[in-house]
Amino acid sequence: MALQSLDITRRSATTTPSPGVRETQKVAKLIDISKCIGCKACQVACMEWNDLRDEIGTNHGVYDNPLDLTDKSWTVMRFSEVEVEKGKLEWLIRKDGCMHCADPGCLKACPAPGAIVQYSNGIVDFHEENCIGCGYCITGCPFNIPRISKKDSKAYKCTLCSDRVSVGMEPACVKTCPTGALVFGSKEDMIQHAEERIVDLKSRGYKNAGLYDPPGVGGTHVMYVLQHADQPQIYNDLPKDPQISLLVELWKGILKPIMSLGLGLAALTGFLHYVTVGPKETEDD
Amino acid sequence: MASLAPTFGRGAMTNHWVDIKNANLILIMGGNAAEAHPCGFKWVTEAKAHNKAKLIVADPRFTRSAAVADYYVPVRAGTDIAFLGGVINYLLTHDKIQHEYVKAYTDVSFIVRADYTFKDGVFSGYNEAKRSYDKSTWMYELGADGYVKTDPTLKNPRCVFNLMKAHYSRYTPELVSSITGTPKEQFLKVCEMMAETAAPDRTMTIMYALGWTQHSVGSQMIRTAAMVQLLLGNIGMVGGGMNALRGHSNIQGLTDLGLMSELLTGYLTLPDEKETDYKAYIEKRVQKPLRPGQMSYWQNYHKFHVSLMKAWYGNAAHKDNNWAYDYLPKLDKMHDMLQVFEDMHQGKINGYFCQGFNPLAATPCKVKVGRALAKLKYLVTIDPLATETAAFWQNHGEYNDVDPAKIQTEVFRLPSTCFAEENGALVNSGRWLQWHWKAADPPGEAKSDLEIMAGIFLKLRALYQKEGGAFPGPILNLTWKYAIPSAPSPEEVAREINGKALEDLVDPKDKTKVVRKAGEQLDGFGQLTDDGKTSCGCWIYTGCWTEKGNMMARRDNSDPSGLGNTTGWAFSWPANRRIQYNRASCDPSGKPWDPNRKLIEWNGTQWVGADVPDIKLDAAPADGMNPFIMNSEGVARFFTVNKMGDGPFPEHYEPFESPLDVNPLHPKNPKAKNSPAARVFKDDLDQFGDAQEFPYVATTYRLTEHFHFWTKHTRLSAILQPEQFVEIGEDLAKMKNIKSGDRVRVRSIRGFIKAVAVVTKRIRTLDVYGKKVYTVGIPIHWGFQGVAKNGFIANTLTPFVGDANTQTPEFKAFLVTIDKL
Repeated sequence: MALQSLDITRRSATTTPSPGVRETQKVAKLIDISKCIGCKACQVACMEWNDLRDEIGTNHGVYDNPLDLTDKSWTVMRFSEVEVEKGKLEWLIRKDGCMHCADPGCLKACPAPGAIVQYSNGIVDFHEENCIGCGYCITGCPFNIPRISKKDSKAYKCTLCSDRVSVGMEPACVKTCPTGALVFGSKEDMIQHAEERIVDLKSRGYKNAGLYDPPGVGGTHVMYVLQHADQPQIYNDLPKDPQISLLVELWKGILKPIMSLGLGLAALTGFLHYVTVGPKETEDD
Repeated sequence: MASLAPTFGRGAMTNHWVDIKNANLILIMGGNAAEAHPCGFKWVTEAKAHNKAKLIVADPRFTRSAAVADYYVPVRAGTDIAFLGGVINYLLTHDKIQHEYVKAYTDVSFIVRADYTFKDGVFSGYNEAKRSYDKSTWMYELGADGYVKTDPTLKNPRCVFNLMKAHYSRYTPELVSSITGTPKEQFLKVCEMMAETAAPDRTMTIMYALGWTQHSVGSQMIRTAAMVQLLLGNIGMVGGGMNALRGHSNIQGLTDLGLMSELLTGYLTLPDEKETDYKAYIEKRVQKPLRPGQMSYWQNYHKFHVSLMKAWYGNAAHKDNNWAYDYLPKLDKMHDMLQVFEDMHQGKINGYFCQGFNPLAATPCKVKVGRALAKLKYLVTIDPLATETAAFWQNHGEYNDVDPAKIQTEVFRLPSTCFAEENGALVNSGRWLQWHWKAADPPGEAKSDLEIMAGIFLKLRALYQKEGGAFPGPILNLTWKYAIPSAPSPEEVAREINGKALEDLVDPKDKTKVVRKAGEQLDGFGQLTDDGKTSCGCWIYTGCWTEKGNMMARRDNSDPSGLGNTTGWAFSWPANRRIQYNRASCDPSGKPWDPNRKLIEWNGTQWVGADVPDIKLDAAPADGMNPFIMNSEGVARFFTVNKMGDGPFPEHYEPFESPLDVNPLHPKNPKAKNSPAARVFKDDLDQFGDAQEFPYVATTYRLTEHFHFWTKHTRLSAILQPEQFVEIGEDLAKMKNIKSGDRVRVRSIRGFIKAVAVVTKRIRTLDVYGKKVYTVGIPIHWGFQGVAKNGFIANTLTPFVGDANTQTPEFKAFLVTIDKL
């Protein structure tokens, strides 16, 4: 959901051009895992800003709560205890949520016109009033982010606070983060900030520190600073090289044109049939 | 705080939150700042990001702080004195101390009396029957001039330096490792990192909290760390200090305003029952300098005391009645939390007012507290929330298994406002009094605490007026000049606390000059007098509301020095000073130790700089006035003379419930296994569990998602951490066949709780004195009120034993057993 309308780059299942007279700067949220203390203030800020309250659940034997993303929890902290170096325990805490891919699999997969849009600032947003609840966005997402509400069968996920960003504010999670693990700005600035952080981490012995901005999805507008960028999978299964599902690419790249062609052919055949044979006539008994 | 004052002079965080960004090294031990102080922790990340600081975390658990640390070491719960005593030994044997600082600004050269001894773990003067010490031998040798004898060459075997060296020579790395379970190499690595900050231009800050306070030797744990900081020359320095992170947003305000049984405001003390003579009471507290040329600021005690009595009793306090000295209660004994519940348990208390306090949940041994409350005639709770204490008489199944029919206590619940529903000031850990403004009206019938207390007082006063009573004076004569007597405003009270001139005050140097006219607010505590011309509710807060207005409401964050020393933001006691003892940031000649972090300096005629100097402004360095102006010695104390209840040097004692049979430092003396002077009541002595039946070390703590027992009433917090759990390591889980998510029962000799098990690599098995020690971690936040899933009160498990100085209970180290359900 968002207020923006003049700066849309693309819309799901739509062939007409998107309204794009207003051009905006590419933005990004940078999540520095080396600074994150897992306080979950971002989870609270997210629920508060979006005026959502998840269920009061149960403890599953871990710190993660809610245990997974839901239609009301658009971000959750995922805690992993790992020993990258033998005997040196690390508690890696990753804030999970929509990555806002430059090449969004959800949008590509979505068959409902205008249910998913991408703004020129890079934010990928769901317009739930157009959602048909088919779940293709989940198939399309390489990060397993969208969740379908049991209440209204619509898909929900992080909006990167597109409503706040459109009026010049940072996302609610960024505003609330007490340690500066979350920062927000132009994508260019965030990459530069990440580079400085990586220099610091390398000086502290994290020789594989790096930025997570996966090229397989055209880069993302939510990026991570990882202490071990060579092994993103140790951060609670962050995909090493995320790609849009082959099915979606097939659907978009090959099958959809073929099927469109098929549809076109069928229409053409019908038309020719009409012209050559004439309208179907019902015979009176 | 009962350890910082005996060491440095004042009982509060030495530096402040923002200053942490200036540190080169940060030690978090006895606390978990990332978890319990996430907002303040930002200054740690600032120090790391912009000052290349390193962070060390030492804790029984790999905590959220450890998650972002450069170096983590495990340490067995309750053995921090052994660890830090080992650090002292390392620094002394490797000569890694800031020599010039230690020589000039501490008591190392002072000679201690010949009859002070320490033998088999017990200091001289011990009285076993009373479980306390006669502290008269814990004293310096005084010369005929009344000053302490010193040996600047440090050759005298009785000088503090040599006594300290001998005391900690026993804390070898091998023994430290054996007691604490910290692997020796890791312990030594921490020593090396700390030792680097002995350089004059490098500082370490130590951040700690209840993880040190809540032990039977809690005050001495803090003391040991304070000694490490003194050896390294890190007190009074930018980016240094002993930074006590207070557990509640206003708990610093609580101690400042004297809400402890033996205190008046501003750390003035109540007389005890033997002190019926006013002159003797004052003389005992007006401390004369113990070294020549020292300020010994408590010499002004009587000025603060008289001004306080004038604030309370106005014209009814005058010279002829010793400023209403007889109105003050005279203390028969400490009435701390443990003592009050002990007395209540013995049926000696009829009624109890419980204001902003949930003792059923917050006090050790819940069963005893519940039984004690059941012996009251009435209980009044003043709280914004429905607390477990107010519902102690209700049956909540296993969570509160009582029979309401058998409890006759009448409970009154007075709903109060919370902080966002009233104006006022909160005092943060860094001693800042920050004014806040009401954001919303309170719900329903809730009233502010001021209104509630005023209502009770006015009713009481009316009864005294009508019926007389045994001793009506203190009630009838209490000053109560508020615009609306039934609802004093926070602004009126704040002005009273600051203090004002009752008559015209003249400049002592030029009697023709009026400094403050009668009725005007005072500028600072230097203006207070002992002749009844000033009134002041809390001397250390003077300056918070002057003729210029509410200084606590200031919000100028300009920072010309770049050190984060924003003297235009709010008000910091004392005297708006941000870093205490900052005279020690300069060498004896008045030049900053570190020219790149210049806080104050001597400019030839006076002290100037980015902070309010903590020294007489015109005290020339050559005159030798030393930085610790509250101490009558002028210097900081390694040897605390008679200021601590359990010894002038910290010594490691085992927790009252320990997995070991002996104190490894004194294996042959069973009397030195636990702190000989810790607070234990007779009835509770048989309530300690032993390691045969209860083999695992338990420790209780907070989680970021919750604040004590309040936020389980908040839906958002309940969503983040909905259900009670306990944490155990993988080895113990395997032994007990427990998997993450299983339900378990944790039992101590005092009761049991049931919870979900979190099995984690973050709690390690420790090798301690020849045996394996397993730790059970117990978050405290659950109870049987609120919107989170109901749970057991964690303090069902904890022992009723307190520190010898603060009587703070030993919540952090006790014994339990655990079973899968």
